[in-house]
Amino acid sequence: MVNMAVKIGSLTLQNPIMPGSGCCSDEIDRVYDVTQLGAFVPKSIEIVPREGNPVPRVAETPQGLLNSIGLPTYGLPYFLQHQLPVYLRFGIPIVVSVSAGTAEEFASICRQVSLPGVAGIEINISCPNKEEGGRAFAMGADSTLRVVKAIREATSKPIWAKLTPNTGDIAEVAVAAEAGGADALVVANTFLGMAIDTETFRPKLGNITGGLSGPAIKPIVVRMVYQCAQAVRIPIIASGGIMNAADVVEYMAAGASAAQVGTANFLDPAVMPKILSDLRKFCQDRGFGNVTELIGRTLRLEPATTLVA
Amino acid sequence: MPVHDHLAVRERGGVRPQPIFSDHGRVLRNDHVAGEYWHMELEVPNGMADAAPGQFYQMMCESRATSGPMPFLRRPMSIYHFDRQRRRLEFLYKITGLGTTALAQYRCGDLLGLVGPLGVGFRLQELWKHILIVARGVGLATLAPLAEAAHQHGIRSTVILSARSPDLLLSKDRFLKNGAAVSVIVDTDRSSDVENVERLIRGFHAAYPFDAFFTCGSNRLLKLLKTLSRELNVSGQVAIEQQMACGLGMCFCCVRPIERGGRIEQLRVCHDGPVFALEEVNSW
Repeated sequence: MVNMAVKIGSLTLQNPIMPGSGCCSDEIDRVYDVTQLGAFVPKSIEIVPREGNPVPRVAETPQGLLNSIGLPTYGLPYFLQHQLPVYLRFGIPIVVSVSAGTAEEFASICRQVSLPGVAGIEINISCPNKEEGGRAFAMGADSTLRVVKAIREATSKPIWAKLTPNTGDIAEVAVAAEAGGADALVVANTFLGMAIDTETFRPKLGNITGGLSGPAIKPIVVRMVYQCAQAVRIPIIASGGIMNAADVVEYMAAGASAAQVGTANFLDPAVMPKILSDLRKFCQDRGFGNVTELIGRTLRLEPATTLVA
Repeated sequence: MPVHDHLAVRERGGVRPQPIFSDHGRVLRNDHVAGEYWHMELEVPNGMADAAPGQFYQMMCESRATSGPMPFLRRPMSIYHFDRQRRRLEFLYKITGLGTTALAQYRCGDLLGLVGPLGVGFRLQELWKHILIVARGVGLATLAPLAEAAHQHGIRSTVILSARSPDLLLSKDRFLKNGAAVSVIVDTDRSSDVENVERLIRGFHAAYPFDAFFTCGSNRLLKLLKTLSRELNVSGQVAIEQQMACGLGMCFCCVRPIERGGRIEQLRVCHDGPVFALEEVNSW
């Protein structure tokens, strides 16, 4: 028997597998029993309803998915009344994902979702900051520190800061989020990208640019997790192109304590239970009694010596 | 299936959520029919074919090509025929892009990844006696299971099938088998002109009034049915399409503007549809 439980700060998860925000809803429970997951992160919500971006909202790329969904949300009151109770009934830790345009709005929404039963709050600081001309909060260390600090003062719930990969030095941003009081980091959101239809010369997305996800981005995010893990002491939750258990093992070896599965749910909605059972089997076959033995294994190794030809 | 045992405890107000299967079907045949149209029949795991007319499945169309672009996402496909007991699903599809090109390469005995049944299908009311089905092109396939369900409920179907040319009227026999009165209209002799379709519908309605209209596959026919639905006070339903990613309502990529409760909402075609009330959908 393998003990699959992991700790994310003060929160114990029965296993390290959960959906990435915006990639699963309660509908997934019609495919399999959702209570077997380690946690559940619903789609990001904002205080005021928002329609989202014009269609087309997705475009296929080699081994990837470009999306510009645009964070459509029914708003906070609708979420609290109609959606949160459905999630809370599942009985697994629910980490509410929130988004906002200013540090003050972030603090406000975090205060309002700090309700009994909510296990934690994921702050989507990869979204545009209205006070900085639409630049994402997590693109800079200073803006990250400011927003996380403001949120920390507003809630005593665990805060997971979801970082953007669209920054020059993600480790610096990770340090700022930790200093601001984040309990964990989610590394990372999607890469800003673009695709053009060569028949019409029009952008393939209605919003022109969008976020790239899927296996295409995985090696870059593995590098980012590896760098962040060396820079901070708080746990890291990996997110970026995870398709199978081997990808989870790779991220955990790079220093992640848990993993969010995103785009893979669109290709196979039953993928998370499969990843979970394959991960358990991997640990069993390798003689690991605890899945936590995987965390940071690569960090503790000496760098590989040069191959002799 | 054990993976769905938990749905018994998810019942709300006596309604158990419909299970969604993610599994494989075995291809029994995949034949070229006419033009760009292909017909696929699959044997699927127990329970997976327990669908409703108008619902759809997400197909993992894996390309056999060793080079060139590969489909990354699944492709949604509406059901042409389903049989719960014999665990059979049939699809009638048109080759239009990367996904359907890959789909046409599947051979008898191959396994095809399927997710479903998905979406909200057509609704029939017990008291109805006579429905009108108007379909064009590949929309014929979507409406074939509706005629079958109507037949089983003792509801008569009058069907108007529209196509570019007579050789592309693929499902005529299916509709006839289900006791439908079928009229064929084609572009080649201009019988598919909207004025002629309107004349036909008015004539049928005068002889034996319709309780409901159903359509799929043509913007022109949608427009016409919306007008006639208002004028003749006959309710209607339409199946629509949109590019999809997940197919379950999770990703919010397949939205279309839908008029509901006096306002326009961006609703998900995969989750809130693909079947909507005629008055909710605006022609495009």
